[in-house]
Amino acid sequence: MSYIAIRMLMGDRSKYLGIIMGLTFASLIMTQQPAIFVGLMTRSFSFISDVGLPDIWVMDPKVQFVDDVKPLQDTELYRVRGVSGVDWAMPLYKGLIKARLTNGNFQTCNVIGLDDATLIGGPPEMIEGRLEDLRRADSVIVDQYGANEKLGVKGPDGTLSPLKVGDLLELNDHRAIVVGIAKTTRTFQSQPVVYTTYSRAKNMAPRERKLLSFILVKAKPSVALEELTRNIESHTGLAAYTQKGFQELTYNYYMKNTGIPINFGISVALGFLVGAAIAGQTFYSFTLENLRQFAVLKAMGAGNGTLLMMILLQASIVGIIGYGLGVGLTSVFGWAMRNTILSFKFPWQLLVFSGVGVMLICLIAAGISIRKVMTLEPAMVFKT
Amino acid sequence: MMAVHCRNLTKRYQAGGQEVMALRGVHLDIPVGQLMMLVGPSGCGKTTLISVIAGILDQDEGTCEVYGVDLKSLSDRDKLAFRAKNIGFVFQSYNLLPSLTAQENAAVPLIINGVKRPLALQAAREILDRVGLGQRLTSMPSQLSGGQQQRVAIARSLVHDPRLIVCDEPTSALDHDTGQRVMELLKGVALDAGKALIIVTHDERIFEFADTIAHMDDGNIVKSPSLQPTSTSPY
Ligand SMILES: Nc1ncnc2c1ncn2[C@@H]1O[C@H](COP(=O)(O)OP(=O)(O)OP(=O)(O)O)[C@@H](O)[C@H]1O
Ligand SMILES: [Mg+2]
Repeated sequence: MSYIAIRMLMGDRSKYLGIIMGLTFASLIMTQQPAIFVGLMTRSFSFISDVGLPDIWVMDPKVQFVDDVKPLQDTELYRVRGVSGVDWAMPLYKGLIKARLTNGNFQTCNVIGLDDATLIGGPPEMIEGRLEDLRRADSVIVDQYGANEKLGVKGPDGTLSPLKVGDLLELNDHRAIVVGIAKTTRTFQSQPVVYTTYSRAKNMAPRERKLLSFILVKAKPSVALEELTRNIESHTGLAAYTQKGFQELTYNYYMKNTGIPINFGISVALGFLVGAAIAGQTFYSFTLENLRQFAVLKAMGAGNGTLLMMILLQASIVGIIGYGLGVGLTSVFGWAMRNTILSFKFPWQLLVFSGVGVMLICLIAAGISIRKVMTLEPAMVFKT
Repeated sequence: MMAVHCRNLTKRYQAGGQEVMALRGVHLDIPVGQLMMLVGPSGCGKTTLISVIAGILDQDEGTCEVYGVDLKSLSDRDKLAFRAKNIGFVFQSYNLLPSLTAQENAAVPLIINGVKRPLALQAAREILDRVGLGQRLTSMPSQLSGGQQQRVAIARSLVHDPRLIVCDEPTSALDHDTGQRVMELLKGVALDAGKALIIVTHDERIFEFADTIAHMDDGNIVKSPSLQPTSTSPY
């Protein structure tokens, strides 16, 4: 009977394709939109991941997320270094500073000041130049997106030439020379990222009493991180998070305080509804058109259980094909967008998520059809 | 032995608040080995009667035994199994499954009975040979003429070797010659040992194939089955 069910399904080519298109659409939206969402949300904390090396981030207790800088006094650094279990602790400056480009335009930059001696907290990967070049006078390193886009120089003919090693910048009236291009992960902040040393960053920054943004801490081997964060907090009155904890703090801030989750939630729900409507409607009308065939089978002795199995099989086939196509298209989409500004992350949990969604649609579609077939009177076969 | 033995069958339909008496106490016997035709004016209850006999419709009162089995007394499950094994159907509108080939269509009753597909297809091929469609095994119904489709339907009604074959207007969609051929087939192929046929028809050109003719009017058999087919039938 499964064979008959399959032949029946494929026999009506246009409906068959219609149902599959509906399901493909639904599974595409239900995979692709969350993939962009997950990608976007990991961007919220990609700066923390990029810094990488330290175990613990120490900051003002009122800080809500990574770009919410509330500066500390420099003396806090020494207090943190005094906490037992701390292997080392380094300062990090993070702040917005205006850069003047050679053509006279201004561009706000996200300036990161690294500990002068160790340069801890630098970019994960260099495209050009070396991190150590920051030790040269007035030197800065610029991230590749900033160099190629916002800090690029527009020529008279309108073409944009990227910022190169050796080019000059003016950061808050301080001369800076580009000594390297870094590869960073995109963040929520669209400003170019400019790395320099901590003392130079302090010089460039507008005069303020406090300029220390974060203290980066490495724990001694065999010290439990959770315990060390509690120790630091109780000794200094500051907030201390593990790298993961700080990522979560940032991620949760964006989840709670922005419209991003709702917007994506609405897209996913729409994809589900539209897909369910197309696929469910077409599947139902497919069943209605085949009602006489089901009645003939019933008259000839096929029971409700058999017909139920046939419909479920038909629904599963279109479900699996639609799901596969949707997920496949999402992967192709992700691959095609890999070098663009678009965020895209495709963890396996998303496969489960959209799989369950497509399954629900198929069950709904099959459900309404099944009711119709179960209550079918076999005597209708003699009606012309 | 009676293939069909009905006593006092009644059936009412509810249609838009109105009650229609479709069967008003029908008595009917069909001996094994006979081809009985059921004739009568439109709406007199012929289709209702054969639906009850075939076990796809429950009567309100009375009994109907097919080869000694009272269908109404069976559980749903047993009734399905009984139908699957013992009843063959032929319809005016053929009712072939449009996405199956002729051979697959003819194999459907065997597949419903749980026969493995290769065996079922083999049996279907043999029976299609017998109805003269051995060359059209892989044709789809839409590629066949009306007469050819009805021959596939007849093959389907016979493939599982049922004991009672129920036909509603099997020739009325066909021209005269094709109708004659279909009837010859039914009569020749179907009436092997131990089978019976009941054919509802308006088509007096095929009365000559009947062993007996039962006349129905307004929910009743009005003339007992006569062994002499009448050529002056008003239908
Ligand atoms: N499902 C139904 N619901 C309501 N009334 C019905 C139903 N089926 C049949 N009837 C009525 O029952 C009566 C007998 O119908 P039936 O189909 O048995 O007649 P018939 O002799 O087969 O007619 P025809 O020669 O036109 O096929 C008719 O009055 C018909 O309108
Ligand atoms: Mg009728």
